[in-house]
Amino acid sequence: MAEITQKIKIMKGAAPDLSAATYQIFDESHTMGNALRWMIMKNPKVEFCGYSVPHPSENLIQLRIQMYDGLSSLDALLAALSNLDDVCDSVEEKYRASLAGGQYQRWEEKS
Amino acid sequence: MALPSTNGFDPRRHVGVHAERVSHVSSTDFPGHYPGEDHSWNLAKFQEKLAVNVERLSNRSIDFDLIGVDASIANAFRRILIAEVPTVCIERAYVWDNTSVIVDEVLSLRIALVPLNVDPALLDFKDPQNDQATDRNTLVFRLRAACQRRKNAPKDTTDPTKLFVNSEVLSSQLEWMPQGEQATVLASCPPAPTNPNIVLAKLRPGQEIDMELHAIKSVGKDHAKFCPVATASYRLLPKIILNPQKPVPPDLAEKFQKCFSPGVIRIHPRTKEVTVDEKSARFESMSREVYRHPEFEGCVQLARVRDHFLFNIESEGFYPPERLLHEAVSVMRTKIAALRRAAEALLDDSRGRAEDVEMAEG
Repeated sequence: MAEITQKIKIMKGAAPDLSAATYQIFDESHTMGNALRWMIMKNPKVEFCGYSVPHPSENLIQLRIQMYDGLSSLDALLAALSNLDDVCDSVEEKYRASLAGGQYQRWEEKS
Repeated sequence: MALPSTNGFDPRRHVGVHAERVSHVSSTDFPGHYPGEDHSWNLAKFQEKLAVNVERLSNRSIDFDLIGVDASIANAFRRILIAEVPTVCIERAYVWDNTSVIVDEVLSLRIALVPLNVDPALLDFKDPQNDQATDRNTLVFRLRAACQRRKNAPKDTTDPTKLFVNSEVLSSQLEWMPQGEQATVLASCPPAPTNPNIVLAKLRPGQEIDMELHAIKSVGKDHAKFCPVATASYRLLPKIILNPQKPVPPDLAEKFQKCFSPGVIRIHPRTKEVTVDEKSARFESMSREVYRHPEFEGCVQLARVRDHFLFNIESEGFYPPERLLHEAVSVMRTKIAALRRAAEALLDDSRGRAEDVEMAEG
């Protein structure tokens, strides 16, 4: 292994062509887990996608992806990550535009 | 978005709020859920529906609407704001002298909770086990206070500030000691507490405090003192749906209006017809008072719009409130990038080994 703490492991029992696999992602929680699950489910080739946090004391999530037509779940994961990045970018741009537009109420808050 | 003609309850877009339960909580727009409709991911369609509107901005908090995203994304931003946006706080206390009545550990915790005005981008993260404290990852503060009796205090006063010097140790007495390059790099905004009037301890003559404090950069996940927000929360936009088949009787219009938050329901002065003020609907607190009265049964349906999030973020400490969402989005993108690198490494592994995929001992 290249790194000491690996970020993603493919768990035992995955299909040889990765059409069905469970990924164990370390140092992540519902923040990324739920967002990834939603984006992967938006892919029409995904048969099943679910995630769980096996125990709150262990900081990891398990994400299971099953694909139709023998496609690779790793490709679906990568596509979802790229789409999530686009979502973040869109939100950032619209927020920036709204702040610059200045159409909001400003008020003074005493601490 | 709603077609102008339908103003009723739409289970695809609304969460039903009933007297004793909620219904249609989860979003259903996934591919394959509705035959013949395509709900697969489409960036252009998403960007059409997406809106981010700042509503109110003050020096300490911001209210904005996030419309058109799924709950998982809104929740991800909220969780990142609370737990993963970095801040700088005092982490270690080295006590040379503490003869006050506040014990070392309690005093250290009080000092650690004081928010500092340091830009976290200027410091590196420090790994508590492995890294040495350097001028790139640690700030040093000194707290020295000794209480003495004032020589010329009035005879009959009991006010401690008149009788003693330094009877209260305030956060303004935290002195920054620049280390190495910090004197030049941080000169434009010297590190100090954001609020100078926080009482850290109370002293009486003969008691002294002499401590050296080290501040590092970390995140809310590590300790709640590093949380940059007083809190960040969101709620869904309330929607009050009046039933056109069963209008509110004119003589009960006033009572109906009182069931809701002020300003949400408008009554026509002559016909006593009841309408919902669209602009004020967001102020409705959804107390469900209207469901308690049998005379209004069937007249109204309370709901919430599933993808319209009203965020309220109160900043605490360094970040001005309008910067917080930028920081949260950039933390989210860093996490996505880290995951992407790891997934691409797996992809290279699996390609490199032809049909032989590396199995981990799960």
